[in-house]
Amino acid sequence: MKKLALLAGTALAFAIGAASGASAADKLKACWVYTGPIGDFGYSYQHDQGRLAVEKELGDKVETAYVENVAEGPDAERVFERFAREGCGIVFGTSFGFMDAELKVAKKFPDVKFEHATGYKSAPNMGLYNARFYEGRYILGQIAAKESKKALAGYIVSFPIPEVVMGINAFMLGAQSINPDFKVKIVWVNSWFDPGKEADAAKALFDQGADIIVQHTDSTAAIQVAEERGLKGFGQSSDMIKFAPKAQMTAIVDDWAPHYIKSVKAVLDGTWKAGDVWEGIKDGTVHMAEYANMSDETKKLAEETQAKIAGGWNPFTGPIVDQDGKERYAAGVVAPDGDLLGMNWYVKGVDDKLPQ
Amino acid sequence: MLEAIILTVITAATPLLLAATGELVVEKSGVLNLGVEGMMVMGAVAGFAVTVSTGSPLLGIVGGAVAGVLTSLIFAFVTLTLVANQVASGLALTLFGLGLSGLMGESFVGQPGIKLQSLDIPGLTTLPFVGKILFGQDILVYLSFAAVFGVAWFLNRTRAGLILRAVGDNHASAHALGYSVIGVRYVAVMFGGAMAGLGGAYLSVAYTPLWVENMTAGRGWIALALVVFASWMPWRAAIGAYLFGAVTVLQFHAQALGIGFPSQFLAMLPYLATVIVLVAISGNRRATLFNTPSSLGKSFVPDR
Repeated sequence: MKKLALLAGTALAFAIGAASGASAADKLKACWVYTGPIGDFGYSYQHDQGRLAVEKELGDKVETAYVENVAEGPDAERVFERFAREGCGIVFGTSFGFMDAELKVAKKFPDVKFEHATGYKSAPNMGLYNARFYEGRYILGQIAAKESKKALAGYIVSFPIPEVVMGINAFMLGAQSINPDFKVKIVWVNSWFDPGKEADAAKALFDQGADIIVQHTDSTAAIQVAEERGLKGFGQSSDMIKFAPKAQMTAIVDDWAPHYIKSVKAVLDGTWKAGDVWEGIKDGTVHMAEYANMSDETKKLAEETQAKIAGGWNPFTGPIVDQDGKERYAAGVVAPDGDLLGMNWYVKGVDDKLPQ
Repeated sequence: MLEAIILTVITAATPLLLAATGELVVEKSGVLNLGVEGMMVMGAVAGFAVTVSTGSPLLGIVGGAVAGVLTSLIFAFVTLTLVANQVASGLALTLFGLGLSGLMGESFVGQPGIKLQSLDIPGLTTLPFVGKILFGQDILVYLSFAAVFGVAWFLNRTRAGLILRAVGDNHASAHALGYSVIGVRYVAVMFGGAMAGLGGAYLSVAYTPLWVENMTAGRGWIALALVVFASWMPWRAAIGAYLFGAVTVLQFHAQALGIGFPSQFLAMLPYLATVIVLVAISGNRRATLFNTPSSLGKSFVPDR
């Protein structure tokens, strides 16, 4: 299907070009590269919702194209290069693993604008954008610590990249702010997307005594297992309440639309500059699905924390001690963004050993 | 704990076993269909669509099998009637299935499914330990075992099975004896399609009641490997599927217990086990050759 979409897009571009000559050139082509299928109802789905919002907002001033299911790593280079050659004005690489491939292509095509999500390498024509998901994860941690009867959560994760490690740490800091002895069991499934494995991992974690499941993988499988067992959990990327009406307590929902509209508009106006934006709860890029299936007291706490974060407070404010007992940030010190984006250590209380 | 692990292993192994049993019959008839993944994912989307539209997971399973058969018929027509290359056609079928299922399933993304009911026999299902394992599974789990029994009996104990094996071992002789090589292969490919479709439907109706693109996530390829692993013997396919499921599930448990292996190594284990067993089996050349269908992957054109 992705090939069809591309073919159709190219054919359309040719048709327009042939029919009306110059008018096609006035149109800005904005292109997206997704790591998963847009039908994952998770991470890539939310990015595509952002693309659709751009189409809706800017109408016939833009045309958009996308390729889904692009493997992270060197293979992605071809896709970026093709987009650059096909006349895309701006290309969005939406996954961490595209970073090096996208950078390489950006250097080759200095006139094309690139933006990369969740990474840390940039170029004069390659900007960075990201969402402060960890803000939401801190709230999840507090909810989990309040609602878990066993003071034990299961955490399903994909790959040991800073984004994921940051999420685990924020979750634990939140949980420890309520219960210093809170524990988490971590399982790596080494995939962003395999519903079967995600379900198996959730079952293993529940069988070993966790009563709340947290995930940093993309499908609804884990929360459905929670629903089946009468236990609790959190949605990921999208509001998954339909899949788990009794189990989902809240979900971190990614809303990329405001950022994409802003960026594409800037390209149209000629004001685009390679930026480094990192938006969170305050800006609406990260928003929390309705708090449900929890006590009123927990709900109130979650809302208060959310308001505090929206007010500018950073969950990574010291004192923060790492796994080995070393103090990383003294009381009152806020971890700089650069540190967070390269995070490769666990906070105290995480039992897992970080795969290196 | 052991009971819980066994229950999870059963769900992980069943889709593999269903698809592998089907492919085993296909290969025994001398056809190599590499499109298992494509047929599975078509079964998954059709199973989910029918389940959600009719509200009946049982109809959904039937729908999955039908979709698998229809997809396999494309392959059968191209390779058996038009005598195209089987390897290329099979690979194309996988790509085609993945694309078409994504297109068909677009409106079903983000919809919760309905889970297939498990068996519940008063008095038996509540037995300690063995109750849920033996009497608390869903119909597809029992069907997967019935299929292993059935296929083993069919291939080794019936005349029709003998003809199918003859077609797979030497299609020229079978043809000379008056058997319809193409006809037998059509039926075998359709059976393989039905079983792969069931395996796919198991994913979207019983394993994880949801539809997302690519949800088979490579299970069709594992089923293909299992057939070779089993050296074309149904019983070994069952052992292989369960071994594979067990290693997958156990590595999650090992991680949750905090056993300090790198998770990448643990994730690699099931594949490593497959390779080791393949090496061990191929050591016994005579047994391997004896079971391998000699005409596997070769096209057949009747010479009148």
